Amino acid sequence: MTELVEPVAPAEPAGAGRWCDRCGEPSAAGGHDACAAARALEPPRYCVHCRRRMKVQVVPTGWSAVCVEHGEIRG
Amino acid sequence: MPEILDQARTQVLENGVGLDEAGVLAVLNLPDEDVPAALQLAHEVRMRWCGPEVEVEGIVSLKTGGCPEDCHFCSQSGLFTSPVRSVWLDIPALVEAAKQTAATGATEFCIVAAVRGPDARLMKQMREGVAAIRAEVDIQVAASLGMLSQEQVDELVEMGVHRYNHNLETCRSYFPNVVTTHSWEERWETLRMVRESGMEVCCGGILGLGETVEQRAEFAAQLADLDPHEVPLNFLNPRPGTPLADRPVVEGKDALRAIAAFRLAMPRTILRYAGGRELTLGDLGTRDGLLGGINAVIVGNYLTTLGRPATADLALLEDLKMPVKALSATL
Repeated sequence: MTELVEPVAPAEPAGAGRWCDRCGEPSAAGGHDACAAARALEPPRYCVHCRRRMKVQVVPTGWSAVCVEHGEIRG
Repeated sequence: MPEILDQARTQVLENGVGLDEAGVLAVLNLPDEDVPAALQLAHEVRMRWCGPEVEVEGIVSLKTGGCPEDCHFCSQSGLFTSPVRSVWLDIPALVEAAKQTAATGATEFCIVAAVRGPDARLMKQMREGVAAIRAEVDIQVAASLGMLSQEQVDELVEMGVHRYNHNLETCRSYFPNVVTTHSWEERWETLRMVRESGMEVCCGGILGLGETVEQRAEFAAQLADLDPHEVPLNFLNPRPGTPLADRPVVEGKDALRAIAAFRLAMPRTILRYAGGRELTLGDLGTRDGLLGGINAVIVGNYLTTLGRPATADLALLEDLKMPVKALSATL
């Protein structure tokens, strides 16, 4: 399991940060309705703060996603 | 009543002999108005030859991503520009996942790794992980680690792994369109060794990869020929970055036809809902499938995507008066 590098932060909805956490494109560009819908059945893949691909571990009852710069979120 | 369903009532329901490829194709080609009758018959077959219990399973990825193979549907291939990064699960987290799975009432916990076949590091992780689970959790352990050598098969048996999953994914004639880094026959060879070892064989695949209806029937017949203990039935969930990212999802009616047809081909197998059902069937279709031949579910999340909460599936089973198969019944 990945190390916690910062306190656990709450999961943010797709497009809530600078970058879309599903496709990694700029949130401000819009067009992320499909990403938001897909996120109901997917964990985030990109850090919304820096666009880095996160290390994501899915387990039967949840998931965790770690950005090397911005820490871990869970859902 | 269509002729094929009359034939199936006698052949499959009464005599327990599965439909052949032509029969499966006839079911897959039934018009929409006959799908409810096909599902009803498939349900009767399931109740007659398997009983009302539903086998519940949880799955977890021990090693995610970075796979050297090119299975075109898979976001874990290292050959595609998928956003999935490589990550390993440690033993305490693995045991915790098994505990959470057991708490749902599940009797099966399948440990999966995205690999061509296990290397020494993965086998060591399996040895330690399976031992830790068996020491702490009352659940059957299954594994899915790709293609195996005979020595690895023997080692998994020694560890106490009771079932091995290795999907053929699609029919033999379509397989080269989906995977080019290994062959259908190589997968079959692993399945042969698993069967001979005494481990239970779990083998299914994914519908919606671009195969024709005829190839779907071919696949059902090839699975019936293999005669696995369990057939997990997935519906393609197109993953970003994979060659199949833009394929349409399977239509709900076609998925239900396939469920009925696969049950009528394999009256005694454990036919399990696996990935993609949420997208293809939704809540209502999930219920229809459980009343149309399905007698096992994966609860909770999948390997890289999320599923319905386990509580939602368990509530549905209770509503349908389908008891969860008890661990004592599997031992």
